[in-house]
Amino acid sequence: MDGSEIRVNGKNEALASATVSELLADKGLEAEGRGVAVAVNGRIVPRVQWPQTRLVAGDAVEIVRAMKGG
Amino acid sequence: MLDTPQGTGDPLIIAGRVFASRLFVGTAGYPNQQVMLDAIAASGTEMATASIRRISLDGYQESLVDLLADRVRFLPNTAGCQTARDAVLTAELAREALETDWIKLEVIGDRELLYPNVEELLLATAELVAKGFIVLPYCNDDPVTCLKLAERGAATVMPLGAPIGSGLGICNPHLIELICSRSPVPVVLDAGIGTASDAALAMELGCAAVLANTAISKAHDPVRMAAAMRHAVEAGRLAFTSGRIPKRRYAQPSSPQLGLVGS
Repeated sequence: MDGSEIRVNGKNEALASATVSELLADKGLEAEGRGVAVAVNGRIVPRVQWPQTRLVAGDAVEIVRAMKGG
Repeated sequence: MLDTPQGTGDPLIIAGRVFASRLFVGTAGYPNQQVMLDAIAASGTEMATASIRRISLDGYQESLVDLLADRVRFLPNTAGCQTARDAVLTAELAREALETDWIKLEVIGDRELLYPNVEELLLATAELVAKGFIVLPYCNDDPVTCLKLAERGAATVMPLGAPIGSGLGICNPHLIELICSRSPVPVVLDAGIGTASDAALAMELGCAAVLANTAISKAHDPVRMAAAMRHAVEAGRLAFTSGRIPKRRYAQPSSPQLGLVGS
């Protein structure tokens, strides 16, 4: 990861979104609500905090959802 | 609706939540979503498991939540986690994603056997209980481990009958019975179920509930098998609470011995 990148679900990419909400919108996930969760640097970001949680270079973001499982 | 026992008179209670059905089911491996929905309906279950995975950034995925949220409660799992740390983070993500404190805790120590890593499992149980989770740990069929989990605040213990997905049934019924007779928390038989008689046996041994996934989803007719599991769990529970007769080495005639014709 260089100085202007973040890591999203294990892949490096240029930091192009100011907040978690913007990142989800840029990924086409803005409509996702139920079943989705986000962690930044190993800490959960509750849904209500997505709009004001700013992303900075070097952040590691996990975006997960509930899927089938046993 | 889900909190009301449906006339069973023998509800299951876990962490204060009342279940009329003693069968929990998984959501993986069905031929298609309609079969899954029909099987879940046929099973009569009130709680189904889900996993937590990285979202695909490449395209649309149908949401399990939208499919099932109105039908069952979710029991998210930490399947695939190999450390307490990963399991705790996954549980926290699950809590946020599914708005439930309940977690089926899996911490795996061997990828081929999918056997629990007991040391990490105990650590994760204590940590998640402290964070307010209702923890249902998947564990070995080991009475000592089960007691340790209960001491750390687990809401149930969920010993395996055989390796996950193996369909081998309950390999050591004696241990499962021992665990059931000594556990201060409900015992849920979690893995290894192959067919209906395995589920009935689990209940006859004293298990409070059974969790089945592969045995249903990979059956030739998952919907019929789901119904079979429902009946098996009900029959096994009825048998357990009825008190079986002792086993004898020799025959014991059931018809009267006096008044035999021709004697």
